[in-house]
Amino acid sequence: MSAAGRTGAGWWLLILPAFLLLVVFYVAPIAQVLTISVTEPELGLGNYERLFTSSAVQRVIETTLRICLITTVLALLLGYGIAYAITLARPRAQGWWILAVLVPLWISVLVRAFAWVTLLRRQGLVNNALLGAGVIDEPLPLVWNEFGIIVGMVHYMVPFAVLPMLASMREIDPRLLAAARGLGASRGEVFRRVFLPLSLPGVIAAGVLVFIFSLGFYITPAILGGGKTLMVAEWISLQILDLIRWGLGTMMATMLIAAILVTLLVFSRIVDLRRIFGAGA
Amino acid sequence: MSAAAGHALGLRGLTKRYGDFIAVNDVSLEIEQGEFVTLLGPSGSGKTTILMAIAGFVAPSEGAVLLDGRDITPLPPEKRNFGMVFQGYALFPHMTVAENVAFPLRVRGMSRADRDAKVRAALDLVQLAQFSGRLPKQLSGGQQQRVALARALVFDPSLLLLDEPLSALDKKLRAELQEELKALHRRVGRTFINVTHDQEEALSMSDRIAILNHGRLVQAGAPGELYERPRTRFVADFLGKSNFLEGTVRQPAPGGFMLEVGASRLAVAHGPGTAPSPGTRSLLSLRPEKISLLAEGEAAENQVEGRILSWAYLGAGFALRIATADLGELRAVLPSWKSPVAPAEDLPVRLGWSADAAVPVEEDAA
Repeated sequence: MSAAGRTGAGWWLLILPAFLLLVVFYVAPIAQVLTISVTEPELGLGNYERLFTSSAVQRVIETTLRICLITTVLALLLGYGIAYAITLARPRAQGWWILAVLVPLWISVLVRAFAWVTLLRRQGLVNNALLGAGVIDEPLPLVWNEFGIIVGMVHYMVPFAVLPMLASMREIDPRLLAAARGLGASRGEVFRRVFLPLSLPGVIAAGVLVFIFSLGFYITPAILGGGKTLMVAEWISLQILDLIRWGLGTMMATMLIAAILVTLLVFSRIVDLRRIFGAGA
Repeated sequence: MSAAAGHALGLRGLTKRYGDFIAVNDVSLEIEQGEFVTLLGPSGSGKTTILMAIAGFVAPSEGAVLLDGRDITPLPPEKRNFGMVFQGYALFPHMTVAENVAFPLRVRGMSRADRDAKVRAALDLVQLAQFSGRLPKQLSGGQQQRVALARALVFDPSLLLLDEPLSALDKKLRAELQEELKALHRRVGRTFINVTHDQEEALSMSDRIAILNHGRLVQAGAPGELYERPRTRFVADFLGKSNFLEGTVRQPAPGGFMLEVGASRLAVAHGPGTAPSPGTRSLLSLRPEKISLLAEGEAAENQVEGRILSWAYLGAGFALRIATADLGELRAVLPSWKSPVAPAEDLPVRLGWSADAAVPVEEDAA
């Protein structure tokens, strides 16, 4: 072995502890999940067959995808508006805006979910205010259904939508916008033809991030769904912890991982994934 | 693009204040149809602010911008129909060259067929037709600059505004594009307003130069006029290099006087105009290339003895720093092929210049 080869091997030894840690605590459990999904209750693809035969399984997947898509779209719309406002704000105002976006991130997701419950329940602030104002006669069903889940999830996801879009908007050279106006474009056209297309990579990045994040969401749907609207993560927990159906639960967990990997794979062809996960441009 | 479609632009008492800071101070300037005018000044002189006020991006605190005598001060930039080449070009990175050039036509709602013909003509004008499908980042700096020009000219603008159009290019390319820009100006016959801090660029391209300092217009005129007859010390110093000689006026006569500097008396011929009164202080600007080294027995209207402090060979010439008894340190530039002596440090030399070589200039107001 050459000297260079030996040093090469030496460097690899340095990352061995990290590698082992990853294998023991991350790869091995996932492999185990995969194994259980094809061995419990008996060897074979019986659990996966349920994907095509069980309407309950299909309903959970359908609900999850629908909620995730709606959440992603709403979070992107809201987040785009906020990111746009921040980009246009003066430097000092920008700091306050960003703080306002980040503060919710530091508050426990549990606290935020319960806060929404108190706001949205039958005798909650929103219903009471609307009843008091005479807008409605009956309290609206705002929580313990899909609507409640979406409100909570969008609230949680907006910062994750804002940050990648803000990063991509900040890279847009303000001179381009001035140039577009100088060449005769109205403010609306400047936005449509120059700003929007140039911010699109950030929108796609934010969309992928929010969608993947939403797929495995557990606490918010569990609390705001009230057990009636089930999303994948809560369903898995139900199968494993309450019904002791490990095979079915791990099958769905495997599908969740597969869905995330497929989404990443598709979008890695469109955008630079390093950007989404904070490696910068 | 029809020829001689230029428009005249007027600035009337243009002033721009940012809080207490006065970026542009009462600037008035008339720019004729089809003229190539350069706003020249150091950074912070207000030249870019003036250009931005002409373009409509900066609202003046006082004064007006007039196009063919019509006040356009309140018009937003997109309503002014001025072409503009931005510093760094500001090409849209997500559009091809052709799409970039088509942009101003597209936002004016021109039909596709008309648009295509105009884009082709504009790209032909800057010799970039074969690059129409490329993205800006696939082009060199010089090519990007030409795309920016085509985009700024394609919609037949009333004026073309250029903000430091050549500053991002290397020296050789800059010289080439200066010629190209000047040729383009002649071809399209439009009014060009250029902003730069590069005095060579201003001298070589412009019909007229307006020199700015601290937000004020110091002097405007043809390049040769400004170079030969600078009005103030700043103009003489900023446009080219200059020696300054300060002394007392003696024996004023029509067209000239003697300037007493220490024990020396210098003959000054300032051409037509009133001579300064005797006994007043006067400041002269003397260009380094107007000083010559006198050979043995050679005479000149003004002669000074000195010693060479340092010298540098520049290929085309020698640059000398010479210490003199009365006039302090003088800079001289001599053609190297006909220098009467080989320069050497500490070498005693005699310098000479004619009476009309030095020009009286004013001190700038602080």
